[in-house]
Amino acid sequence: MPVIGFIAKRGLQALFVLFVVTLFISFAIRLTGDPAVMMLRESANVSADDLARVREGLGLDRPFLVQYWDFVSGLFTGDLGNSFFRGPIAPIVTGALGATLLLAMTSLIVSLLISIPLGIYAARHRGSFGDQVIRVLSLAGLSFPNFWLGIMLILIFSVTLRWLPASGLTGPASLIMPAVTIGVILTATNLRIVRTTMLEVLSAQFIMVARAKGLSERSVIYKHALRNSSIALVTYLGLQFGTLMGGLVVVELVFNWPGMGTLAVEAISQRDYPILQTVISILAIMIVLVNLIVDLVYMALDPRIRLE
Amino acid sequence: MRAFRSFEFTAGLILTGIMGLAVILSPLLFPGGGMGQDLVARLTPPLTSAEYPLGTDPLGRDILARVVVGGRISFFVGIVSALGAVVIGTVIGLFAGYYRGPWDMFLMRFADIQLALPFILLAMTVIAIIGPGLDRIIILMIVAQWVQYARLIRGSVLSLRQSEYVQAAKSYGLGDLRILFVHILPNAMGPLVILGTLNVANNILLESSLTFLGLGIDPLIPSWGGMLADGRNYIQTAPWVTIFPGLAIMMTVLGLNLLGDWLRDRLDPLGQTK
Repeated sequence: MPVIGFIAKRGLQALFVLFVVTLFISFAIRLTGDPAVMMLRESANVSADDLARVREGLGLDRPFLVQYWDFVSGLFTGDLGNSFFRGPIAPIVTGALGATLLLAMTSLIVSLLISIPLGIYAARHRGSFGDQVIRVLSLAGLSFPNFWLGIMLILIFSVTLRWLPASGLTGPASLIMPAVTIGVILTATNLRIVRTTMLEVLSAQFIMVARAKGLSERSVIYKHALRNSSIALVTYLGLQFGTLMGGLVVVELVFNWPGMGTLAVEAISQRDYPILQTVISILAIMIVLVNLIVDLVYMALDPRIRLE
Repeated sequence: MRAFRSFEFTAGLILTGIMGLAVILSPLLFPGGGMGQDLVARLTPPLTSAEYPLGTDPLGRDILARVVVGGRISFFVGIVSALGAVVIGTVIGLFAGYYRGPWDMFLMRFADIQLALPFILLAMTVIAIIGPGLDRIIILMIVAQWVQYARLIRGSVLSLRQSEYVQAAKSYGLGDLRILFVHILPNAMGPLVILGTLNVANNILLESSLTFLGLGIDPLIPSWGGMLADGRNYIQTAPWVTIFPGLAIMMTVLGLNLLGDWLRDRLDPLGQTK
């Protein structure tokens, strides 16, 4: 029973957050002015009738709550309406979402492949020279704007060496620099988490028992210690998901990556608010869902959480 | 001093000190504010001219002067926004932790909402509506960040209010406000200072990202993010326009992060600010 209660409570909280966030976004976007005026701003001789017709065509003459309901139900049915300038929103956003997720997942995998072994090394050799170097490097990795790193990579690998394409999504090679840019920041945070949690786990009694049983060091580290410290890593990745999405926005722009961030920035500069509203809502929904899933997984892994 | 034995402290102090000092002295060092244009000397590469040691940009403006003057904006935004968030977050966190009830509900739901809207996305939406500007960025950062401090303080208050010395203060008949601000707050300050230092660093990065996107500081005012946005178009012909502001951000932020880490080791052995 407490389990069902916990799930229900977290589910309701997530729904409430989504409600407030989507309401805020669609309300805030309507404060920016009349979309009909924006759409017709380049046409000459616009009459009040023309404006009224455009408003009716966009469904803007209906009450706000009706429009909000339309937008929210559209998020579930996939009928997201039309952009001001580019036709139906659904295919545009799906394409961008795919590109963003491809980039996010590749960076995440790259960063885990680097941060887990290095983090374990640093924890096992605490205080050694190697540990110090890893600590300072991981701090340095958090200390510059990620888009600047992207520009520097372009300068080295595209402009100077001409090895990699500087922009766009044109094949596997075009994924390398954006993924490394995002991956460096992720690796820096993950390394710190792996190191700290491994330090905690390695001093636990069950590790002593595993060693006393005569298990090989490899088995102690990778089977017993890593599994237990990965709980903290997963939670932290969930919490960082929002930051990751925020960071992607800027990096995508640097590499002209056809993802959600580039789409959002374009929508802002063209004042294409239907797209902006959809992009931000979808990102917010993903973040809420990821956090909900992490909470539930965490509860499954560590029953003590339910009691809180 | 024992602190100097720590690599983090020494390196952090040197980096932050150099950048901070240059920024404080910038009105004396560069009275022109980095705005002067020398069109004859435009796109001078670095280390080729005694007058412009870091070179000039496409309008012939001194990169060194602009990097130093641009630091004013970054330090200002970083420090003011972090301070604002600390003050508001502390007050709300103290009340939420001490009185619980509706304060607590409000705080925790607000925290959930804040988690769902990453700062850059929130800023993009709001700035699309109200337009860019220094004051707006600072207000947005405060709105987005006070929650972290409130949650941190709330946690400390929850445990401190049960402690014997607080019970003793109560039994003396001290008022709630006095207990909160004189007896509880000083004991909950450590984590606040750490998070504050790290947030100054983080906010400098955020400001430069927003300005780079064209959503931040007025492009006419020298700022690190603005210089990076300008330089991007000249990356093939004049990479130094982009390299130096980025290095300035890195030195400042790394310095603050090192100090924050050192503070964490000293003040927060239990790891509350992880």
